[in-house]
Amino acid sequence: MQKILQGNYAIARGAWEAGVRVACAYPGTPSSEIIAAMSEQYRKDVIAEWSPNEKVALEVAIGASFTGVRSMASMKHVGLNVASDPFMTVSYTGVKGGLVVIVADDPYSHSSQNEQDSRHWARFGKVPMLEPCDSQECKDFTKMAFELSERFDTPVLLRTETRVAHSFSPVTLEDRKESTLPVGLDKKEAPKYTMVPIYVRIRRRLVEERMKKLEAFADEFKYNILEMNDPKVGVITSGVCYNYTKEVFPQYSYLKLGMAWPLPRRMISEFSRSVKKIIVVEQLDPFLETEIRAMGIKVFRGKDVIPSFYELSPEMIERSLKGKRYKPPKERINAEELPKRPPNLCSGCSHRALFYAIKKLGLFTFGDIGCYTLATAPPLNAIHSTICMGAGIGGAFGAMKALGKEGLGKCCAVIGDSTFLHAGIPPLMDIVYNKGNSTTIILDNRTTGMTGLQEHPGTGLTITGEPTHQIDLEELVRALGVKQVRKVDPYNLQETMEVIKEEVERDEASVIITANGPCMLHRREKRRFEHPFYTVLTENCRGCGLCLEAGCPAISWKEVSGEDAITRDGHKRKGVVQINRVQCPGCGLCRQICKFDAIVPGKA
Amino acid sequence: MEEKVTNVLLSGVGGQGTILASDILCSVFHEVGYDVKKSEVHGMAQRGGDVTTHFRFGKKVYSPLIKYGDVDYLISLELLEGLRYINWVKKGGKVLLNQQEVFPPAVNLGKMKYPEDVVGVFKKYFNGHVYAVDGLDLAMKCGDARAVNVVIIGAFSKFFDIREEIWEKNLLSHLPPKIHELNLRAFKAGRGAIS
Repeated sequence: MQKILQGNYAIARGAWEAGVRVACAYPGTPSSEIIAAMSEQYRKDVIAEWSPNEKVALEVAIGASFTGVRSMASMKHVGLNVASDPFMTVSYTGVKGGLVVIVADDPYSHSSQNEQDSRHWARFGKVPMLEPCDSQECKDFTKMAFELSERFDTPVLLRTETRVAHSFSPVTLEDRKESTLPVGLDKKEAPKYTMVPIYVRIRRRLVEERMKKLEAFADEFKYNILEMNDPKVGVITSGVCYNYTKEVFPQYSYLKLGMAWPLPRRMISEFSRSVKKIIVVEQLDPFLETEIRAMGIKVFRGKDVIPSFYELSPEMIERSLKGKRYKPPKERINAEELPKRPPNLCSGCSHRALFYAIKKLGLFTFGDIGCYTLATAPPLNAIHSTICMGAGIGGAFGAMKALGKEGLGKCCAVIGDSTFLHAGIPPLMDIVYNKGNSTTIILDNRTTGMTGLQEHPGTGLTITGEPTHQIDLEELVRALGVKQVRKVDPYNLQETMEVIKEEVERDEASVIITANGPCMLHRREKRRFEHPFYTVLTENCRGCGLCLEAGCPAISWKEVSGEDAITRDGHKRKGVVQINRVQCPGCGLCRQICKFDAIVPGKA
Repeated sequence: MEEKVTNVLLSGVGGQGTILASDILCSVFHEVGYDVKKSEVHGMAQRGGDVTTHFRFGKKVYSPLIKYGDVDYLISLELLEGLRYINWVKKGGKVLLNQQEVFPPAVNLGKMKYPEDVVGVFKKYFNGHVYAVDGLDLAMKCGDARAVNVVIIGAFSKFFDIREEIWEKNLLSHLPPKIHELNLRAFKAGRGAIS
């Protein structure tokens, strides 16, 4: 039976068919759907869970593998940075039940803080990596990854990227096959699983031997596919780049690598001898190209013309390889001049209210990863640094250490609830331990917002919706030693500004937690506002534009002239604002900002 | 079946249902025997950003992305988001526009102007192949503004010789039963909008 599946759903399907028992992840675009799909569709057979972060997810999968069951962890590219510690060492211990790590790259940084190339992890960690090009391969390669993991006693990486993870194509479905390995823990296996120096040295040698075996295997691997067409040009490529290149140069010969690491050296040598010129097409870094050149093979075209940053596309590949012979399509308008439509905080979002307060206080804000990062955009311009999950808290602490008392009242850290539980606890501990005085604001919207509202340990529900212990953020923060903990209603602008001002000026570690500000997309925890929407009393509006500084998508500006260019009480104005009733949820922030009583509650 | 792959670019604003519209196309064309691929960018899409999906069907589809300048059909649920991709449409391509304007932040703030006469600009380049539909009005007449995407799918369905039942069946398979009737009305309204 064939079904159209998203790449991520196909990975979940493949893992299920392969008999996976434990699957964990922390959500991250473009990988989030894998575990969501697993829980949604296969929870009868698979324990699928949201972990607090990627490191934990991988560690849970490793433990499960050590009992003999098949397990997996999935994450976005930067998630593997977080999980890199267990990852680098599980390469040494190897596995018992098949262990697969899915890593999803995001070229062009559609939704990420960088665009690193995860293939380096395979070489760095000395583990094999498979790279599917569409949904069918996502399913097939995931199954294959479990097989290889057990056969070669190694974790296996499966790398996707946005256009594989988030593309849809037909997939042939098969049945689940349970693993036949016996399940249990065996104390006699300690030397394999305990990476202390004496055992490390034994495993270290085995890792090298394993990679040699895998290299030989790569030459026979059925998903390293040779397609001989015109022998003048041979393209070596992998993943979605194969599809792009095939689209624009169907006449060339191809060596499509289903296994991105280790490389099939014999196949590559033979291919290079059977064609006149070798072209290497790959997304991001010259990973294959560097290796192929190191084999002494002449590469005719590669990263000398194909960009090693941003995202490739059929057009980009055609343009790069054709050079001056490329004829671009006719440009009818300059699309760059059109107004852009960047993502924005939703109308009514509690983050907007809080960031408006921060903006007014003029603080330098160390931000973090989540929807609230959007507050860096104009007109809010209220986030001034973002590195990675958890970095905001440590960053603000470091800045305050460097600035000394001079820094009081000048900066703060903001972090979401899910992100705080992911990576915010150790830096907060550090502030208390090392007697810091910075302020951390936890933007508690009761969910993991940006990736699509996943549960986390602070929501009190598991991935399946089953009630579980709910972490009380205030209790947790106090347990770390923070004495000064306050809650604010972010929709109360004056109170929020006062509390933030007091805390950033206080020469002591402090935490502010937003209360009753659930994500606007959150159906379960919707906040009821006092009024259904707000409206503009046009005769009072002076067109000062102060409310526009909040960047609410429901508020817009309209130029006025003639009779309309004057308020009821005789003030000149150039325009008025208007509120889109459909978009306004009635949060009331704009009413608090307006100094001329021009924004009033609407009546349903 | 002809070898050629057909390229459909859908654009719109996060929340308009662009992705659902492309899901429906995917299952319809798959059911009638084509290979299909669809690609989208989301993650930040629900928050008012622009959303595009590339949908391709043919005997064998390789790339999930359409090559720049190779679009056979541009469907846009919003005028500015349609105009943004005018250069993508090949000569002789067809353009289906929902005549709805959703102001982006720069326009809301009074810093930039919303482009004027988008339909006219398209007509200048694709005369005779531009179809403008007041999808929002039709959707509201059917009972819910959110059915705009289905109205537009209905209009699009008129370009192909595929039985109406196949469209309807695949439309409903993507929607919860309680909104089936509404969406069937929206689909038919869209079909009726294209003569």
